[in-house]
Amino acid sequence: MGSRSSHAAVIPDGDSIRRETGFSQASLLRLHHRFRALDRNKKGYLSRMDLQQIGALAVNPLGDRIIESFFPDGQRVDFPGFVRVLAHFRPVEDEDTETQDPKKPEPLNSRRNKLHYAFQLYDLDRDGKISRHEMLQVLRLMVGVQVTEEQLENIADRTVQEADEDGDGAVSFVEFTKSLEKMDVEQKMSIRILK
Amino acid sequence: MEGAELAGKILSTWLTLVLGFILLPSVFGVSLGISEIYMKILVKTLEGLEAIVEDEVTQRFSSEELVSWNLLTRTNVNFQYISLRLTMVWVLGVIVRYCVLLPLRVTLAFIGISLLVIGTTLVGQLPDSSLKNWLSELVHLTCCRICVRALSGTIHYHNKQYRPQKGGICVANHTSPIDVLILTTDGCYAMVGQVHGGLMGIIQRAMVKACPHVWFERSEMKDRHLVTKRLKEHIADKKKLPILIFPEGTCINNTSVMMFKKGSFEIGGTIHPVAIKYNPQFGDAFWNSSKYNMVSYLLRMMTSWAIVCDVWYMPPMTREEGEDAVQFANRVKSAIAIQGGLTELPWDGGLKRAKVKDIFKEEQQKNYSKMIVGNGSLS
Repeated sequence: MGSRSSHAAVIPDGDSIRRETGFSQASLLRLHHRFRALDRNKKGYLSRMDLQQIGALAVNPLGDRIIESFFPDGQRVDFPGFVRVLAHFRPVEDEDTETQDPKKPEPLNSRRNKLHYAFQLYDLDRDGKISRHEMLQVLRLMVGVQVTEEQLENIADRTVQEADEDGDGAVSFVEFTKSLEKMDVEQKMSIRILK
Repeated sequence: MEGAELAGKILSTWLTLVLGFILLPSVFGVSLGISEIYMKILVKTLEGLEAIVEDEVTQRFSSEELVSWNLLTRTNVNFQYISLRLTMVWVLGVIVRYCVLLPLRVTLAFIGISLLVIGTTLVGQLPDSSLKNWLSELVHLTCCRICVRALSGTIHYHNKQYRPQKGGICVANHTSPIDVLILTTDGCYAMVGQVHGGLMGIIQRAMVKACPHVWFERSEMKDRHLVTKRLKEHIADKKKLPILIFPEGTCINNTSVMMFKKGSFEIGGTIHPVAIKYNPQFGDAFWNSSKYNMVSYLLRMMTSWAIVCDVWYMPPMTREEGEDAVQFANRVKSAIAIQGGLTELPWDGGLKRAKVKDIFKEEQQKNYSKMIVGNGSLS
């Protein structure tokens, strides 16, 4: 009965991954299929190069930052790690917020965790703060050669100034969250097919 | 002895039936309507099945995940054991596909290919004349029709008035080697490609005897000027059949159209675009050449329910003043994508072999810069 297709029993720790990420059985199988398709040499994990083969990421100016977010420590990402990152983009359903058990850890697709994902795209050295220099670097990635150095520096300066409340010249996670409080992050950072 | 006699009788009856119902009508291009009846039965059965599946399953899955299952486990990744009833139906499907349909199709394919080789060799012996051309067309069309029936193919041709004319270049999106079969069933084309060894080589050599195709040695393919020159010579002769080219250069999975390589568009001449779209409900025609080799691909095709596709012929296009080959290629690509209901992707189908050009990244960067600089601030 389809020896080549993913079967629920084939995913190691499938149950615990499901509990941690909140993905449905079908979504998890689909992601496992995708993971195995990306893992060309059947290593059992993904390296940066595997992800760089994806066309859409290669033409994305922030592609490298996104790929980097899959490798919090080391050069390899296994299937649970892969799924954990994607879980941030799971759409938020009402049932998630209602049945919030205070003892359970926050679901990976909560507003706070979504914002944290976005935050670490900017925080290059992972020190918990976006400095002016880091902001400039990420902006430079995004616009390439389309904007002059001077203009970009101005923009980076103003951005950091507007968000920085405690005057340390950098944007902390709390300040980042505050500056985006009016944005509908739950909707913008969700991918519908990842139910 | 008796067993052998019986087997002989069954075989001869079988072959007579095949001859009467499938081969002869193919020669005359007539359809007895057997395929239509088969397709109707198939559709009704699958609809009925959908009802059964939904009944048994609504509690266990959300309905959008198990939309309609066509009894091919290869197309349903999430297959799990759902119920005994469904499994029995699936087993029945397997029996029908492998024991009834497969032998029939293999027989037809065998007959079709042998006829093609023998027919074209025979026609090739004749001196050049209009009779030879007519006969070679007849042989080609008959054998292609047989081969299409070998795959239980149902093809709808739209806008036949725009069918590619002699001296033009026919351009289409590529999903599998079956594309060639589908197009040649409705008209004769001159094919372009590499010389292969083995069975393909035999077929190629035979076909060239009956009408001029353009086959290249592997070493010649690298020399783009040589290729362009030979193709130009071919289309300059208005009596020669239109050339069939797949500008994507590789098989794509029929949901999108990838970058058209500009080589085909530099030759000049009139381009006749054709859009081909397969209906995935009855069988997935995409050939993933890194996953399956040719033989296992053909086996998969022959054990699917059917290959259903639509072919749209489109009005001819020529390169306009001041348009370079790349822009022309993109224009044709958009037209094909819109007609076939496919999305367009700007990058190279051969991405697995080469990195994406920076030009696509730059376009994205331009968009971001407009956002950032345009209104003066980020938030």
